[in-house]
Amino acid sequence: MTTGIKRTITQEKVVLSSYTNLFLLGVLVLMVFNLYLIFVWVPTDQNLGNVQRVFYFHVPIAWVGFLAFFIVFIASVVYLIRGSEKWDALAYSAAEIGVLFTSLMLLTGILWAKPVWGVWWTWDARLTTTLILWFIYVAYLMLRAYAPRGSQGARYSAILGIIGFIDVPIVYFAVNWWRTLHPEYVVGPAAESGSLETSMLVALLISVVTFTALFSYLLTQRYSLRWAETLIERLHYNRV
Amino acid sequence: MIRNFLGPIWAIAWKDILLEIRTKEIVTPVVVFAILVVVIFNFAIEPTPQMVAAVAPGILWVAFTFAGILGLNRTFSLEKDKGSLDGLMLCPVSRDTIYFGKVLGSYLFMLAVEAIMLPVFAVLFNLSLFLPEVILVAATATLGFAAVGTVFSAMAANTRSREIMLPVLFFPIALPVVIAAVEGTAGTLRGDGWSEIGRWVQLIGVFDVIFLVVSGFAFHFALEE
Repeated sequence: MTTGIKRTITQEKVVLSSYTNLFLLGVLVLMVFNLYLIFVWVPTDQNLGNVQRVFYFHVPIAWVGFLAFFIVFIASVVYLIRGSEKWDALAYSAAEIGVLFTSLMLLTGILWAKPVWGVWWTWDARLTTTLILWFIYVAYLMLRAYAPRGSQGARYSAILGIIGFIDVPIVYFAVNWWRTLHPEYVVGPAAESGSLETSMLVALLISVVTFTALFSYLLTQRYSLRWAETLIERLHYNRV
Repeated sequence: MIRNFLGPIWAIAWKDILLEIRTKEIVTPVVVFAILVVVIFNFAIEPTPQMVAAVAPGILWVAFTFAGILGLNRTFSLEKDKGSLDGLMLCPVSRDTIYFGKVLGSYLFMLAVEAIMLPVFAVLFNLSLFLPEVILVAATATLGFAAVGTVFSAMAANTRSREIMLPVLFFPIALPVVIAAVEGTAGTLRGDGWSEIGRWVQLIGVFDVIFLVVSGFAFHFALEE
């Protein structure tokens, strides 16, 4: 039993080191190229100026955050049905990265909102829903830290992963209706932004691809680390 | 058939009610706490007679949600402390029955607290709150609280620092109900028509139905050892 687990760990490690270095190299090249596009190649926005470049970070980061939470949802459902720890490790890893990217999304959003809308924060439906989303998945990580180790904690967080994901559209509806009752007071110069120029769209799409690649790299890394942790824990319990 | 399903649910809820009647561990302290919340808000906001109707719904629902959390914390820590949860799980009933029994128990406790709070609140803020719309909003919103709160309470009871875990889990998820309840109550006090208030009640109703089903399903996994 123990030797089997040891062998699994070594195998995973070998698989990891040969592929991931290439993967990492690819992601790094993409990111440098992406930075060049964002800061040099793309024309400066006429209305907003240089600050508009944060857009090429903000939108892909937001996309990655939502993608991560969608993965948490799917992995949680499969975990509850199948009970395989691999799905739990995937859900946990995605949740961690999701919280990181949602935090970055909120921060880049705040940085962008100040020059564009004149305020750091406004209780608009999208912003409020994102904040609540962030709270739900911070609670997910807290639950993980405070719940008993092993399958009980995993089941608890899977439940929250499912309930939280189902709740998000309802939160959005509620906040949206609530906003229509309290009309927006912030009307900045960029309240109506025109359609994107082609070069801007290209830069945005490449940035989305880059951040998705970065996300997949982080996710595979975190996942294999988490899986190794689980195996080591199993090894430890077997000895006790 | 319905009797066979409802009978055990009522038995589990009645067990909690009987315990509460004898110990008075939930309703009395929670009512005192809720009144304190209202009093503190009175000093924090200092509402003038003109603005009372605008701020009262918010204060009322903050008091109700905080009170609800306190009550929910008790429902499973009570079972946990004396090891009676194992006894409950050994009962020859399905997990759904346990879930709906606990939801019903928590729901009735919260309604009892709210029924005592409403007149106190009405006196302190000089508002007439005994309107059918307010009661309908309170009854549906509290059901939503009980639906998600019960499964989170079962989870929080098994975690370290459970007193803080329950609100951290509960508040973000219950936010749509809080928003809808505040807006529904505020609309009633403003004298809005049913079309305005009704859509908030509908939103709460959708939340109730979704989370009674989803939490009932999730509860199976929360109880497994």
